[in-house]
Amino acid sequence: MSAIGNSVAETLRSVEQNISGIGPITLFETIHLRQLPVGEVKISNEILSKNLRLVKPITRTAMLGMEAARQAVEHSGIQSLKKWRTGFISATTVGGMDRSENFVLDFFQDKTKGTLEDVVHHECGSTTELIADYIGIKDFVSTINTACSSSVNSIILGSRLILQDKLDVVVAGGTDALTKFTLNGFNSLMILDKEPCRPFDASRNGLNLGEGAGFIVLVSDRVLQQENLKSYARVSGYANTNDAYHQTASSPEGRGSYMAMKEALEMSSLRTEDIDYINLHGTGTQNNDSSEGMAIQRLFQETVPKVSSTKAFTGHTLGASGGIESVLCLLSIVHGMVYPNLRFKEKIPELNYTPQQTLEKGLTVHHVLSNSFGFGGNCSSIIFSNV
Amino acid sequence: MTAFINGIGTISPQNTFGDVSFLQDPKEYNSNRLACIEPEYTGWIDARAIRRMSRIIRMGVASAGLALKEAGLEKPDAIITGTAFGCLEDTGIFLAKIVDNKEEALNPTPFIQSTHNTIGSQVALLLQCYGYNQTYSHRAFSFEHALQDALMTIGEKQNNVLVGGVDEITNLSFDILDRFGMYKKNNTSNLKLFHDKSAGCIQGEGASYFLLAGKKTNSTYASVRDVATFYRPEDVYKNVSGFLAGQSLRTEDIQLILTGKNGDFPHDQGYQDFIQDVFSGASTGVYKHLSGEYQTSGAFALWVAARILKENKIPPVVLERDAGHKEIKRILLYNKYLGKHHSFILLESC
Repeated sequence: MSAIGNSVAETLRSVEQNISGIGPITLFETIHLRQLPVGEVKISNEILSKNLRLVKPITRTAMLGMEAARQAVEHSGIQSLKKWRTGFISATTVGGMDRSENFVLDFFQDKTKGTLEDVVHHECGSTTELIADYIGIKDFVSTINTACSSSVNSIILGSRLILQDKLDVVVAGGTDALTKFTLNGFNSLMILDKEPCRPFDASRNGLNLGEGAGFIVLVSDRVLQQENLKSYARVSGYANTNDAYHQTASSPEGRGSYMAMKEALEMSSLRTEDIDYINLHGTGTQNNDSSEGMAIQRLFQETVPKVSSTKAFTGHTLGASGGIESVLCLLSIVHGMVYPNLRFKEKIPELNYTPQQTLEKGLTVHHVLSNSFGFGGNCSSIIFSNV
Repeated sequence: MTAFINGIGTISPQNTFGDVSFLQDPKEYNSNRLACIEPEYTGWIDARAIRRMSRIIRMGVASAGLALKEAGLEKPDAIITGTAFGCLEDTGIFLAKIVDNKEEALNPTPFIQSTHNTIGSQVALLLQCYGYNQTYSHRAFSFEHALQDALMTIGEKQNNVLVGGVDEITNLSFDILDRFGMYKKNNTSNLKLFHDKSAGCIQGEGASYFLLAGKKTNSTYASVRDVATFYRPEDVYKNVSGFLAGQSLRTEDIQLILTGKNGDFPHDQGYQDFIQDVFSGASTGVYKHLSGEYQTSGAFALWVAARILKENKIPPVVLERDAGHKEIKRILLYNKYLGKHHSFILLESC
């Protein structure tokens, strides 16, 4: 679920036709209405709620997650989740904030006012439980919030729990709705572009906020065989590091992102030249793209693979981005395709490579690396490999 | 995977930070809200940095610093934090500013510091720790999942893991949770919390970090053998025997069980029945009259348990029922939160 589609099929269609999901704000009233473009999921709360057969809409973060997680489970072909030790690990940065910010309008006037229903699912973990209850998972339920790297960390955790034989099946990813809180937050940091964002371009001028949810279903070898499932790819490496440079800025040389990519490669026993595609964190801010770009240059040197940021399509979906981009990485492997970095015009001067500019299909994509970095120096990289 | 607790820093509504007596002189509050006794931060945090940090971050950073100091380490290999609500104070400030300023001319600082991972990342920043950094924000499992991750991380051959549970009270959270009927209506003494049969608990907060390691040292308090969480459990009796069986133990092998009784009488009854049915031979203890109820209170409980094992002594204010064991070899922590979240932590003396 993202600005470019409410399903895998719609997402594929959008990327094949170069359709970006960036547009004006329609979800809520704000003074930034016509000034800040965003990547909204093209579905109203009312329709979401109806599709999910809810009595009435609940927090959008949860509803987006419920829809995406439901589709992921269905897609996996697993007959019965109940048969296995199953976990649900989600990630979110705003949780139920889309409703909490309604609540405070009355509450700040008078402590006895404000509808409690608007704030009952404020917590990050509450969002996760709504989704877990909806898809019927309870053996292990958890939530990660490491800002914009959150949902790659939930996929990493799921992989570790399966590797350590604590769980057999894990539905992992993340969800975040667009809120006034994050819109104003990123705006106060002056890192929102007033135009559709231009990641990895010399003229980049900030990010566009997006929203959405992305989940994948991880299974052990035993489940794969016994359930006779078709696997998209396997998780072959990952790493989580910290840049420890600044609360919101990345170090110029990208030491955290360099280490995350390097350690993920080491875990997968792959060489840099084995990577066919890097799905960049590529937010479109001056700082991220130059820092990430430098780290890639230092690690890959003369063998920088095809790279692109799909955030020009979806906007930056914060806690959902790792989940959504992992789905795109799996599609890249399955369909042998590499996505264009939309709106690219001019190479970043300090880099010796340019991002992918057109959609390429019919490739053999063996190994894909996906980057997700966040506030607080959190850096995570994950490698998916074909099977 | 067993891990050793080699250092602890705990800030709580009691005097728990640093070289202090073990709850010999418990602090009495006549309120349904217990706030932390904050230490003198100079010596733990650079003076300029203190001013920029919100309260929860200061508490987190200082407790992490003490845990490392006790363990004699400069930096860990990984930092794992559990926080249910995250940095609530800054979240509230930024929300209020959006409303008051009608979205104009907003200062980004509270937004920057509002994200849940700010605590763990500030610790990493100050220590220049580039290793694994993770934040769990899953309600009353936040700390327990952080601890589980720490055990897994040590199993994956990392040596020293800093793991913590941190949550703060704010006026905003108190007022809202109070409207949900969480807290007691009358102001009774926290030291008499379990005397009356009224509903509701008292709100608490705290910051505790632990240095967990694969190797025992001179500073080791105790070992953590396992931790498990159960979401909406159908049969806690089965869950606890399965949990202990995983460590080749039976209920008789537990000398002390510390429960998360929080003074909400109907809720506490559940613990009572459980103990009578399953742990009739064990001593029992309580701690939430000292810390108050909060979703990462399991971290406070772990501090209590670790000190009991190190000193082989149960403070009178903690002891609820004495089964007369001469030696406390193993402690089981059993916490539940609003009936949906149940967790066990098993500790052993070294």
